[in-house]
Amino acid sequence: MAFLFAQFLTGLANASSLFLVASGLSLIFGVTRIVNFAHGSFYMLGAFIGVTLMELLPGHVGFWGAILLTGLAVGAIGAFVEMVVLRPIYRAPELFQLVATFGVILVIQDLALMIWGAEDRLGPRAPGLRGVWRIFGEPVPKYDIVIIAITPFILFALWYLITRTRVGVLVRAATQDREMVGALGVNQAWLFTGVFALGSALAGWGGALQLPKGGADLLMDFNIIGAVFVVVVIGGMGSLPGAFIAAVLISVLNVLGVTYLPQSTLVLMFVVMAVVLIIRPYGLLGREEVAGEHGQVGAPETPIRPYGTTGQMLVIALLALLAALPLFADRFLLILMIDMVVFALFAASLHFILGSGGLVSFGHAAFFGGGAYAAALLVFHTDTPMELAFLFAPLAAGLLALGIGWFCIRLTGVYFAMLTLAFSQLVWSLAFQWREVTRGDDGLVNIWPSPWLSGTVPYYYFTLALGIGGILVLRHIIHSPFGYALRAGRDSPRQAEAMGIDVKRIQFAAFALAGVMAGLAGGIFVFSKGSVFPTELEIAASFDALIVVFLGGVKTLAGGVVGAGFMTVAEDWLTRLEYWRLVLGLVIIAVVIIAPEGIVGSLRRLWTRLRGTDEEALQ
Amino acid sequence: MTLTRRMMLAAATALALAPAAAMAQETIKIGEINHYKRMAAFADPYKKGIELALKEINDAGGVMGKPLEFIYRDDQGDPAEAVKIAEELMTRDGAVMLTGSILSHVGLALSSFAAEKGYLYLAAEPLADSLVWGSGNKNTFRLRASTWIQAAMLAEEAAKSDAVTYATIAPNYAYGQDAVAAFKENLKRLKPEVEFVAEQWPGLFKIDAGAEVQAIERAKPDAIYNVTFGTDLAKFVREGTDRGLFDGRPVYGLLTGEPEYLEPLADEAPEGWFVTGYPWYAFEDGTPEKAFVDAYTADAGETPKIGSLVGYLTAKSIAAAIEKAGATDTDSLIAAFEGLEIPDTPIGTLAYREVDNQSTMGAYVGTIAIEDGKGVMVDWTYKGPDGYMPTDDEIKAMRPAE
Repeated sequence: MAFLFAQFLTGLANASSLFLVASGLSLIFGVTRIVNFAHGSFYMLGAFIGVTLMELLPGHVGFWGAILLTGLAVGAIGAFVEMVVLRPIYRAPELFQLVATFGVILVIQDLALMIWGAEDRLGPRAPGLRGVWRIFGEPVPKYDIVIIAITPFILFALWYLITRTRVGVLVRAATQDREMVGALGVNQAWLFTGVFALGSALAGWGGALQLPKGGADLLMDFNIIGAVFVVVVIGGMGSLPGAFIAAVLISVLNVLGVTYLPQSTLVLMFVVMAVVLIIRPYGLLGREEVAGEHGQVGAPETPIRPYGTTGQMLVIALLALLAALPLFADRFLLILMIDMVVFALFAASLHFILGSGGLVSFGHAAFFGGGAYAAALLVFHTDTPMELAFLFAPLAAGLLALGIGWFCIRLTGVYFAMLTLAFSQLVWSLAFQWREVTRGDDGLVNIWPSPWLSGTVPYYYFTLALGIGGILVLRHIIHSPFGYALRAGRDSPRQAEAMGIDVKRIQFAAFALAGVMAGLAGGIFVFSKGSVFPTELEIAASFDALIVVFLGGVKTLAGGVVGAGFMTVAEDWLTRLEYWRLVLGLVIIAVVIIAPEGIVGSLRRLWTRLRGTDEEALQ
Repeated sequence: MTLTRRMMLAAATALALAPAAAMAQETIKIGEINHYKRMAAFADPYKKGIELALKEINDAGGVMGKPLEFIYRDDQGDPAEAVKIAEELMTRDGAVMLTGSILSHVGLALSSFAAEKGYLYLAAEPLADSLVWGSGNKNTFRLRASTWIQAAMLAEEAAKSDAVTYATIAPNYAYGQDAVAAFKENLKRLKPEVEFVAEQWPGLFKIDAGAEVQAIERAKPDAIYNVTFGTDLAKFVREGTDRGLFDGRPVYGLLTGEPEYLEPLADEAPEGWFVTGYPWYAFEDGTPEKAFVDAYTADAGETPKIGSLVGYLTAKSIAAAIEKAGATDTDSLIAAFEGLEIPDTPIGTLAYREVDNQSTMGAYVGTIAIEDGKGVMVDWTYKGPDGYMPTDDEIKAMRPAE
């Protein structure tokens, strides 16, 4: 019993920081509808600023004062980011802002490296709180007890702020219906800035409070973001008590998992999230999402149609150029093009469900990596000929998509996104941990194509045929009746159903098809690189695709492909620089602000304006 | 201002990388691929080590009468990206061979790529055993003492103690799992009655230290084998010390004594742990080890890490191989690397074994103590890999037929 109680206390102590960071994210999402990927960066900033302040300020007052000041400083940084980066793009399509926050991550990473250097910092101890108290004979660190005691006060303060003050009334109103709040004369801009600053400050406090238990390092932003999203989603996006319950639940379960199932540490929380979402699609205390029911943000979308003659000619000319490339380009350019086409097909497959289907998947890498692994496993274990193994990539990815889609498709919006994320994490952990079969992160190596394809030029044509072919097939499907039904389901599920369209089934089929195409891209990928590692299944891989789709333009047809091309080239150039993350982050933020409809969307708008034609006339 | 200067330099480098650079014939270029940003704490000292060696080599007239030059490229820790960059370095930038990577999986990807395309890859830092054994190939050489060797050194020491029951804690990925398996196998061979009563697998850099310490304490082991490093190690040591986990228990720590991990712990370094590491502060004047430490400190403006030594030896190995080959084509270089011997390195003679392309670099083992508020290794010795390796026949059985 005593041991269990001590474990429970450990869980509660861990929950404290997690709750602070998660409550900030939850608040920000509730009011501004921004999925803030950069939240982990504010947590990291909190840790680094906290360490610096604690070194400057001595003693008890110094320690606790440093924590207080850290929150204020990070809050101010958050407000700055909101005003400079996010404010210009609130009118952009839903979830577009996450691209900007991704740029912010990159910028903060490099700035932190410049300011604090590469070495890990050990957090200072809280004065007078070193050592343990014995509770029922079990040692419990003093600092654990203190933060367990502090957390309820923070929860209470937040609760008071939200339910008993005027600011809180506005925040709650905005969480329910931000347009109505704006219509009633509340200055939304300042409300959003304020909430973003508060959310960032909470993340900063989370980072500073955990210092005596750990420290500050440059990887902590990505290391916490997964757990934070899980907590927010389990609790219900926008719900503070939900975030608290979820933080405690996850932390305590983690502690028990460590003791009784030590191998489970990688996946436990994602399993819990998947189970919760399948049983309660909106989290423990969340409510059904209302955003989107008021119609889409921004100007209404023009109907799509196939390219006109000029457009078709351009595409044909481009294809001819690509086909003729080996005649005059050097080998590396072909390799770069192979990478680009693979990524473009992957992005296009995500764009297919995201743009036309309105299904934002945070776990699309499961199908890309799944396809790559399927082919690689066959080659590695059974020496299957490359041609046969290759066919297996889209097939297996499609099957995987059918399985995952069956669970996910019943959800919508951010919850759909998070459930796909959970499943992709499960696939990742399978590849990572099932070493007898997948060799874990030693990966599957020596997966090279058959001799007739092993040269760069033949493989280039192989990639071109299948990659471009896949992209064209997807485009064709968008223009088919199936594509129309899919878009109808995106724009108005109720009306679509009234017309006799089985929206969920259409979405399910589209999800599976996108899986097949991602798997095809994965198949081409694995034979061009000769190896596959769990990296291809990571959250970061899914986000890469997501970001290029948004960057290219969600509400366009070529968005995924153009975004992928842009990103491949930009990365290829910029990574040669010393501080390439800073530059890449700034480039992304700049593109987001200059082209809030994505590259293609904004070019199209510019084109229309130049031609002076009305909306009807453009292609 | 450093920023602008560095950016200018970087931009200049980027321009210099343009196709068909006119300078191509002037220098001998080596393609160095690493995770400079993602693993900055490890990659920085490594790069500085290379630069010190390059300075020495080029001041002495370069190799084959030409200056030796490294082209540094960042792969973001992504194996696919690393393979792409490798292709560019070899086909467009005129690199004669590849080196680099800290992460084992990137190293494995580069190794497979080198074998397929007929390039030479010297894996400097990656520790995975499979790099030269299970997935070994003739195009890949490896410098640093592998997981197996270092675990075997700790197991040898552990076998001398009275401890019978052990708990292990290792990050939950290939390196951690290999390190535990290697320790178990070596220890069981030396002392068959040993029992492993708890195995803890925290996620890499996501340790829940309090819970891990509680779980180990619950198993009441006689001794503990630690593979965690970096921030995981710091948290584990803190919680473990506070909760009295290490009282009266011998602990064997893989890599724990490396300055990269020991220095951040400062006066909280775990006293009494038996570890592998790099005691740069304890070398005696007049030894080549000390000479390297002094030269490095003067050149880089900071004290060396183990990465500094690895980087330095990497560049020295490459220079020696090119000099021995007298040519820069891959076949000659591979032939030169096989059985290559480099006298007078900071760790004495460094050689590359013909049986598995592994270098003879060993490891420093010793006990952690606290001196002047800092963790240091005391009673340390340098051990070569001989005696800790499997037999040549076992290795040949592991390596795929060539």
